[in-house]
Amino acid sequence: MFKKLVTGAAFALALVPAASFAAGGGDQHIEDFAFSFEGPFGSYDQNQLQRGLQIYTEVCSACHGLKLVPIRTLSDEGGPHLPEDQVRAYAADNFSVYDPELDEDRAAKPTDNFPVNDALGAPDLSLMAKARAGFHGPAGLGINQLVKGMGGAEYIASLLTGYTGETKEEAGTTFYENTAFPGGWISMAPPLSDEQVEFIDGHSNDLHHLSEDVSAFLMWTAEPKMMARKQAGLAGVLFLTVLSVLLYLTNKRLWAPHKGKKIS
Amino acid sequence: MFALSGRLNWRSLVSHAEDTEGTRRDFLYYATAGAGAVTAGAAVWPLVNQMNPSADVQALSSIFVDVSGVEPGTQLTVMFLGKPVFIRHRTGAEIEKARLQDQEAEGSFPDPVARNANISDPSASAEDANRVLPSPEGEAPGAWIVQMGVCTHLGCVPLGDAGDFDGWFCPCHGSHYDLAGRIRKGPAPENLPIPPVSWDNGLTLKIG
Amino acid sequence: MSGIPHDHYEPKTGAEKWLHSRLPVVGLIYDTIMIPTPKNLNWWWIWGIVLAFCLVLQIVTGIILVMHYTPHVDMAFASVEHIMRNVNGGHMIRYVHMNGASLFFVAVYIHIFRGLFYGSYKAPREITWIVGMLIYLLMMGTAFMGYVLPWGQMSFWGATVITGLFGAIPVVGEPIQTLLLGGPAVGNATLNRFFSLHYLLPFVIAGLVIVHIWAFHTTGNNNPTGVDVRKGSKEEAEKDTLPFWPYFVIKDFLGLAVVLVIFWAIVGFMPNYLGHPDNYIEANPLVTPAHIVPEWYFLPFYAILRAFTGEVWVVQIASFVTGGIVDAKFFGVLAMFGAIIAMALAPWLDTSSVRSGKYRPQFKWWFLLLIIDFFALMWLGAMPAEEPYASLSLIASAYWFGYFFVILPLLGVIEKPEAMPATIEEDFDAHYGKKSEATPAE
Repeated sequence: MFKKLVTGAAFALALVPAASFAAGGGDQHIEDFAFSFEGPFGSYDQNQLQRGLQIYTEVCSACHGLKLVPIRTLSDEGGPHLPEDQVRAYAADNFSVYDPELDEDRAAKPTDNFPVNDALGAPDLSLMAKARAGFHGPAGLGINQLVKGMGGAEYIASLLTGYTGETKEEAGTTFYENTAFPGGWISMAPPLSDEQVEFIDGHSNDLHHLSEDVSAFLMWTAEPKMMARKQAGLAGVLFLTVLSVLLYLTNKRLWAPHKGKKIS
Repeated sequence: MFALSGRLNWRSLVSHAEDTEGTRRDFLYYATAGAGAVTAGAAVWPLVNQMNPSADVQALSSIFVDVSGVEPGTQLTVMFLGKPVFIRHRTGAEIEKARLQDQEAEGSFPDPVARNANISDPSASAEDANRVLPSPEGEAPGAWIVQMGVCTHLGCVPLGDAGDFDGWFCPCHGSHYDLAGRIRKGPAPENLPIPPVSWDNGLTLKIG
Repeated sequence: MSGIPHDHYEPKTGAEKWLHSRLPVVGLIYDTIMIPTPKNLNWWWIWGIVLAFCLVLQIVTGIILVMHYTPHVDMAFASVEHIMRNVNGGHMIRYVHMNGASLFFVAVYIHIFRGLFYGSYKAPREITWIVGMLIYLLMMGTAFMGYVLPWGQMSFWGATVITGLFGAIPVVGEPIQTLLLGGPAVGNATLNRFFSLHYLLPFVIAGLVIVHIWAFHTTGNNNPTGVDVRKGSKEEAEKDTLPFWPYFVIKDFLGLAVVLVIFWAIVGFMPNYLGHPDNYIEANPLVTPAHIVPEWYFLPFYAILRAFTGEVWVVQIASFVTGGIVDAKFFGVLAMFGAIIAMALAPWLDTSSVRSGKYRPQFKWWFLLLIIDFFALMWLGAMPAEEPYASLSLIASAYWFGYFFVILPLLGVIEKPEAMPATIEEDFDAHYGKKSEATPAE
């Protein structure tokens, strides 16, 4: 009885670490979107990332930068995986960067990062999907994050779809009511609306889909190596399991001569 | 483990049931040791590999240069892997002169080989045709020559349109290169090396 | 070296003798890894190996991260992202280092509580225990400074809050705080010295680990019964023990491998679970995060720190008696360090003649309550400083001190211990049955 309790406590220590549960949440409404990259085996949907890139480029990039993301990574496997020549054309067509060698602005190259954009004080989006947690609790135990994931992408998508249409003015700034934003009022005007972006392949472009696509893209910008990481994770878990089994058998055989029959 | 097993004789502590069991036991021990070694090896490789050039450095190992604005008779200098590269658009007169230089010095080049990374044969001769870039469509052969702008003597950057051979001249110790970038006079031992270079399209060069 | 009689290394060949008479390093290694170990050690004894592994893991991955990291307030955050995006396999190495800290603390807490239950701190192992506590303190310092290096919001504000603790110490506090920060606030100087110390301290820990091992190799391991190994003769000792290699090395490696399966799953599938999202926002001295929460392994002591507010009567008395020198803030700091000092004093606070908690019927329950208390404090440390959490924190903190300063001394007097096995051999055979045949002679 006692032993079981102690063992249980130890498992609790290993499995329910009381971390990463900033209180808050409360009245936030976060929709649990079903993203393709969730779970141990989930992977990015390449087409979705490409659509998300298009939405970022046509809409978000007007105010938000992605300063930590090298443009060349758009052609990385496990990411949008665009052909290199397209990435080169994309960089040159959409962005210009300051070149300290030339001491002037020039068209961006794949080796440049996406430009900084802090003209309006909008936060950089490079790591946004990891800098926000959509899920919390319950009661500060971190179980929701264990089950559903951190929910960064869900938070972004919920925010984009969470405008109620109400506005208020405070100290000369307009605030927009949003069901996902902590506090309920955000200073960013609703950025996306139905059919705001047209996709070449005719993919659905209602607000819900646009929000989901751009959130998936921002998850990739925050965690570009997710696919490689999960592969390494799976390989490591499998191999360490094999090693554990071998060590279990070795240990058993090694000790066998010193142990008689177990008395229950 | 330096003959510990012999010293302690721990194996003999294990019961000597039957030979077959002994074989199976050995196999198990070897399998476990092997799996442990593989795990350790798999863990060590990333620790070494992280020291190889990172993705941002690798991405700079080839660059694209728009040369549409480089008129005949002018030269564009770009930086590639931390060193200058001379991209020379030669005029018709310069092309002809380069060919003449071929003949006038044939057999007496200080460095008789092409030093061209785009030619697989390392002993290809230093003639002009082996030094120039294939021209894009619509241009005379030999119109473009691309070479590292680093003097093969002690690493200074030579000046363009200068020297006794109307090519490049290194002001540090007076090395003269001709219109095909071959060393002709002075202390430099080798022709200016030519990096891997090709046309991405008729207006853009890919170096590296 | 050990008090347990056993075979020692004897050089045989000329070369071995030559080396041994000049530098007995082979003998040292031999005696260390062939040390007679109580054969009844249970699975709670694997965590020492896990800890040793963690130390090596953190040092190795840390040295690698340093090759790519830039300790400067303008570049630190971006250089970590450079590791995550550009360096070959850098994202895995960084995640391993990040979660390796958590594994380190999981292991150290289990290791400490194992010692507390089985009385491993009791005579003659006080020095092992004290050195262990020093290692634990250094681990906390190292982890705290390491958390500052990525220069995220939690890095910055965590550093601000924790260095602020030192400011609470009367008279010398503010000079100490300034000394830690290298300026009026957390800045580039702070980042650089934390980086330097974060690199240095693990090697100090490694040195102390050697002392820790030296100490318990001198006294011999404790074991689940707390009964001493018979040391009368080599034959007698061999009935109670088996050599560390291969028996316990293989067993410990098995434990380590299983732990690593879980560890690797966390690194591979949920590497940010134990972290805080705010640390993916670059440090900004103008914006404080809504909730500053330390890493999970600091939470129990953070809860104790916050529990003692000005409204608590103990604090008011302390303030009155000391003429206001010990105010609420300083009291909290004293309580936090006191909670760790209480653990360190366990060898002298525990009056029981019995070592292992297994044979102490009342102790068991108080100990279980201590474990629950520890988790409760951990949970409370993450909760906002408001009711009911404040009161609960106070109760939980009180129990922590009560356990060490009241219960441990009293229990030894009033508790009637249960019957214990006379020898380790007896305990082992009771578990696994006696061997049918005699052990083959060597």
